[in-house]
Amino acid sequence: MAEQPANTPTPRRSNLRVIGWCLSGVVGMFAFGFALVPLYDVFCDITGINGKTNGRYESTEGSVADMERSVKVQFLAQNGPGMPWVFRPVARSIEVHPGEATTVNFYAKNPTGQDMVGQAVPSLSPSEGTLYFHKTECFCFNQQPLAAGQSTEMPLVFIVDPDLPDHITKLTLSYTLYDQGEPQAAAITKTTVDNG
Amino acid sequence: MSAVAGTHAQDQHHGPARGFSRWLLTTNHKDIGSMYLIFSFTMFLLGGTMAMVIRAELFQPGLQIVQPEFFNQMTTMHGLIMVFGAVMPAFVGLANWMIPLMIGAPDMALPRMNNWSFWLLPCAFLILVSTLFMEGGAPNFGWTFYAPLSTTYGPPSTTFFVFAIHIMGVSSIMGAINVIATVLNMRAPGMTLMKMPMFVWTWLITAFLLIAVMPVLAGVVTMVLMDINFGTSFFNAAGGGDPVLFQHVFWFFGHPEVYIMILPAFGAISQIIPAFSRKRLFGYSSMVYATGAIAMLSFLVWAHHMFTVGVPVAGQLFFMYATLLIAVPTGVKVFNWVATMFRGALSFETPMLFAVAFVILFSIGGFSGVMLAIAPADFQYHDTYFVVAHFHYVLVPGAIFGIFASAYFWLPKWTGHMYDETLGKTHFWLSFIGMNLAFFPMHFLGLAGMPRRIPDYALQFADFNMVSSIGAFMFGATQLLFVLIVVKCVKGGEKAPAKPWDGAEGLEWTLPSPAPYHTFSTPPEVK
Repeated sequence: MAEQPANTPTPRRSNLRVIGWCLSGVVGMFAFGFALVPLYDVFCDITGINGKTNGRYESTEGSVADMERSVKVQFLAQNGPGMPWVFRPVARSIEVHPGEATTVNFYAKNPTGQDMVGQAVPSLSPSEGTLYFHKTECFCFNQQPLAAGQSTEMPLVFIVDPDLPDHITKLTLSYTLYDQGEPQAAAITKTTVDNG
Repeated sequence: MSAVAGTHAQDQHHGPARGFSRWLLTTNHKDIGSMYLIFSFTMFLLGGTMAMVIRAELFQPGLQIVQPEFFNQMTTMHGLIMVFGAVMPAFVGLANWMIPLMIGAPDMALPRMNNWSFWLLPCAFLILVSTLFMEGGAPNFGWTFYAPLSTTYGPPSTTFFVFAIHIMGVSSIMGAINVIATVLNMRAPGMTLMKMPMFVWTWLITAFLLIAVMPVLAGVVTMVLMDINFGTSFFNAAGGGDPVLFQHVFWFFGHPEVYIMILPAFGAISQIIPAFSRKRLFGYSSMVYATGAIAMLSFLVWAHHMFTVGVPVAGQLFFMYATLLIAVPTGVKVFNWVATMFRGALSFETPMLFAVAFVILFSIGGFSGVMLAIAPADFQYHDTYFVVAHFHYVLVPGAIFGIFASAYFWLPKWTGHMYDETLGKTHFWLSFIGMNLAFFPMHFLGLAGMPRRIPDYALQFADFNMVSSIGAFMFGATQLLFVLIVVKCVKGGEKAPAKPWDGAEGLEWTLPSPAPYHTFSTPPEVK
């Protein structure tokens, strides 16, 4: 600082002010980078883009099925990397009437000699239909433990909204099943899936 | 450093310290500027060597020289080193040298931080380059380090890569704060904001961009680090995350970053063209506003890098139109440069040659950018060599030619000697031809469907690839000539007058050449 002449009356103070503003900008933008993570989820949730179906749908009372119209719903099941389970929908596709609650089952089997925990993550196509696909019960809301060699049928209850745009005649629901490790380890590192 | 604010005469006698500690401990903006420039050119040669490996492998179809794993490491490291090691530090070096001289300040506002921000860089790149010798090799996921390539499938060295990026980010942010503090607080009396040279203006705006986006880069690498080492699931679908989120956060940094790499070049070109046209810059204030507009728009266009991930139509249209809008202020700038040359008394010394080539070739890169911005067409071009051609046309004749033009323009001021004009012109013409040979055929390769970042290709791409490799070798070898030119210029040569270019204007030309170790200890009068 000693070499600075009196270019400005108080260079030190104005420099400190600039540093302060810049550093608050830096900290703010670093926080903004992390804020993008929940913002992204909220944005996808509101708009339904990205095929992220919403969480549990509460009301099934009073909804009237539109028997005039039927929509084809297809089911896909696939395993995430390294997941050894047998995982498939019991029915590949069904026709449903909008407004009507429908139950379908997915079959899962743990063929290994170890107890394991799986987590299914859904994705809906076309993404435009995401806002009109409601799940009241879904195995994807929770983690699924299976003992060695055990198999199970996992239920899904859903309602296609009667407000579904007319040009959508077919919805495809895809599940990817991920290995969450052994049961006790999974209990420790339990991750919450809020988009299930 | 002297503890006394000496008079002008005393300062003249106070020279640099001797030996290595001069460079390690210096707080002199000229010393630090020189170190930045030397460091960045070293990195340019290192990244260029990697480009030579890439082009040698692509000289012929089939695998000749390197394995695909190593090829991927080369493309990744080439990109990282050129972006963060060559282009960005070169502009910080130019800023260090020239901003105090241009605004009549005795030094940068925060000289000790300046020293620190430089010395962080060699540390960061030592870490980054050392990953090449680690088990599992260097990062191999491309400079964009998309998840899950960098998280689930990344090599063990990814953690070192993250740390290196953190250090570079800290260095860039400190450099940016220094530029802002200098420009805002240290201008000579009478130097109002709208009297500042364009180079200072573009750097001020670049510094704000750096402050806005380098922390976002730090954030995204931190998320990668946490996904790898701490079991989080930011980008992991199994844990409720989303790999597409990575691309959004990365490109929110990444698009302003491309303007960080070009705006200072715009500024330098806006100094050089008027000097060799012997006219004032046409439309100074529109240049300032256009630069500001480009900087603001750069925050609204990031998703044009990711049209193919499944962006809804409304989003594609928004990002497409926002991107096309950037062509307007950029067009204003190109128009102003051409209008400055129009009816000027032109002469074509080496800096002007690089500057004119900049205007023409950067415009070509801009046009291919407009093509890529058109969402429906982008589905065809995405991840092909057309993209590689586009960004090399904006970065090589854009950023790099801008840096070379600046170096030749100000070398007489830095060294006190004129560089060898014949060698300079040779350097320009060989670079110009080599660069076009290397990158122009890539447009055709990309349109024909050759994907980028692949070490092998189908036979029909063989001829263009060979031409491209020959051009690349030519461009690469030519850069060694620049070392010779600079060394010659430092060692001796024709004595440079205070103002070697008769059309040049600005405070830096009122100083003797070479610029004394301490300048403007008494602020100059700006009318």
